[in-house]
Amino acid sequence: MAAPCVSCGRALSARLSLTVRASLARRPGHWKPSAVDWQMGAGSQLLKLIHTTAVTTKKNVPASRHEVYTEDFIKKQIEEFNIGKRHLANMMGEDPETFTQEDIDRAIAYLFPSGLFEKRARPIMKHPDQIFPKQRAIQWGKDGRPFHFLFYTGKPSYYSLMHEGYGKVLQLEKHKGPLPVKTQHRDLIGSRWLIKEELEEMLVENLSDQDYMQFIRLLEKLSTLQCGPAEEEFVQRFRRGVAIQSKKQLIEPVQYDERGMAFSTSEGRRKSATAKAVVYEHGSGEISVNGMGYLHYFPVLQDREQLMFPFHFLDRLGKHDVTCTVCGGGRSAQAGAIRLAVAKALCSFITEDEVEWMRQAGLLTSDPRVRERKKPGQEGARRKFTWKKR
Amino acid sequence: ASTGAMLKGIPRLFFRVHKLDPGCSFHVSSQASQSIVHLENQVPVEHPRAISRTSESDPAKHGEQHEGQHYSIPLQDLKMVFPHGLPPRFVMQVKTFGEACLMIRKPALELLHYLKNTNFAHPAVRYLLYGEKGTGKTLTLCHAIHFCAKHDWMILHIPDAHLWVKNCQELLPSTYNKQRFDQPLEASTWLKNFRTTNERFLSKIKVQEKYVWNKRESTEKGSPLGEVIEQGITRVRNATDAVGIVLKELKRQSSMGMFHLLVAVDGVNALWGRTTLKREDKSLIAPEELALVHNLRKMVKNDWEGFDDLDPFLPILISNYNPKEFESSFQYYLENSWLQHEKAPTEEGKKELLFLSNSNPGQLERLCACL
Repeated sequence: MAAPCVSCGRALSARLSLTVRASLARRPGHWKPSAVDWQMGAGSQLLKLIHTTAVTTKKNVPASRHEVYTEDFIKKQIEEFNIGKRHLANMMGEDPETFTQEDIDRAIAYLFPSGLFEKRARPIMKHPDQIFPKQRAIQWGKDGRPFHFLFYTGKPSYYSLMHEGYGKVLQLEKHKGPLPVKTQHRDLIGSRWLIKEELEEMLVENLSDQDYMQFIRLLEKLSTLQCGPAEEEFVQRFRRGVAIQSKKQLIEPVQYDERGMAFSTSEGRRKSATAKAVVYEHGSGEISVNGMGYLHYFPVLQDREQLMFPFHFLDRLGKHDVTCTVCGGGRSAQAGAIRLAVAKALCSFITEDEVEWMRQAGLLTSDPRVRERKKPGQEGARRKFTWKKR
Repeated sequence: ASTGAMLKGIPRLFFRVHKLDPGCSFHVSSQASQSIVHLENQVPVEHPRAISRTSESDPAKHGEQHEGQHYSIPLQDLKMVFPHGLPPRFVMQVKTFGEACLMIRKPALELLHYLKNTNFAHPAVRYLLYGEKGTGKTLTLCHAIHFCAKHDWMILHIPDAHLWVKNCQELLPSTYNKQRFDQPLEASTWLKNFRTTNERFLSKIKVQEKYVWNKRESTEKGSPLGEVIEQGITRVRNATDAVGIVLKELKRQSSMGMFHLLVAVDGVNALWGRTTLKREDKSLIAPEELALVHNLRKMVKNDWEGFDDLDPFLPILISNYNPKEFESSFQYYLENSWLQHEKAPTEEGKKELLFLSNSNPGQLERLCACL
């Protein structure tokens, strides 16, 4: 099932009709004989986009039952996509040669604004490889003889990977002797192994958990041995980088007012309260909220404790002056909003380590909880009406 | 008119305690033509616990060097001078700690200074203690009252005027004046407490008129004031009138100079604000229609409407603790083992308390109560 795919201009109707034809041509449970071409694959090349059984067991893709995408069809889709991309670039007034996928996304969002909340339901235009699920090529030749030597295992790509990996291990052990300790670990930090779903997607095959565990064990064994660049590259294919969270934290610049005092501003939100806080670097610990003292504005101890939290955490209780304005929400939401704003503003005066500690303490995360909507047929968001037996 | 009359006589001193809402209460203290004897200023002996305590228990001797320190009031004095005057939380604290310690603060020192140096040739001075909630107005007032009690002044202390204008269970139409209402309960309580405080004066002051209570009872002219008070206490129905009589007599006789009178009203805004009392037909009663309030207003100053109407009126602002006072209070709580939290005695604990209470004495007290 193709995701909603947009092309521009005259290609639209053609593409749509193709999709219709493709779905009409479906036959459940069949491997369509080679109406198209065979591709004699080299030993390790497995994926030819010829047709037949689609292999999608991903959760989020609806059960596409035996979609048939002929290779021609896919090729034509790719051509149409490229032409469409150039048309889109022309329409947006940009250079067709350097029109990237992000530009396409932006252009589509601009031309077809959608109010739908679910991002995957909005119009997209992507390369057909990303839209049509990868399908396995036909795996045997005209005489019925399979191409791959491990075809009869049922999961040829997986087992061939294992075979390759183990071969490398044996080779290394033969050369070096068993298990010298690996000296460099740098490539392992900041990256993670593929998860099972990603591996399945890569191999276009269904795997079981045990298969996956075996594979990871093999890779780890391989990585512990000292190996040359070819093996490194083999292992790196199965690692994905993990971004470090704290680098994403935005630090406000410090500003100076007319008297030369350093201060920084930032905003914070919680539920439906918004707050703007101005934190002065040198002060005596006075906090003024909407022009009133904070003792007056927050008579409840709990709110004042919330205000105190960022300062107390950084041990700077009497050292900063704060002026803030807040509106919306209730008393607790306003306190939370001010706390977030103050924490963000304080980031400009402290070291990076302290910023990281604050982030881990949860002071810099905006609280995503909002009031849940009331549903029909229930009394509140969760509470049901009283159940009566009759 | 009444202003002029009052001021013509011996000058009186007024004090009031006032919350930030409009309205005022004031003390009237009349003084004899004799000046107050100034006690000699001895050099006070510093107790080793230098910051938070002082051993000087006579308010007259409190000077600036004692600022921020606590002095203790002996418990018998407490019962006599303040039968009803202290705020309830403070009473609980006294009961817990076993001692009554008041902090000596700058506004109190200022007030005492004025009291000591009153010039009796001038008309009476009114002092208004005002400030935000929880800053210590009532306790400052109590400090002044203690001082006056030590110096043998007569004390007319209304602990909380708000109690007279709201939550009254019984309202009787006044026997004296049909349009007003009586509050027997409050009046009788107050009379009892007044008697406790001023025992020694009651026999000395004589009433100057004959008062007829009902067909069978009356008070002759020249009988001591104590009798009026007894009458009020025993016959609860006439309590309010008894109060009125007491106030009138004191007002009149203070000019004669036999005693010093200090009138202290806490929450004086209530005299001019609204009441929450309703008649049977659910219409609101104005403060004037309560006999107690009426008499009290006459006592203080009838046509006082706001701060503009001036006259010897000295506002004294009471603010939050300054750092020294905060430190002293903190030490006091520590010494009495009131702060049981393990982090409380540390510097950080102190900073936290400072932040959370914003140096407001009332807030600090409430905070420490949970620790």
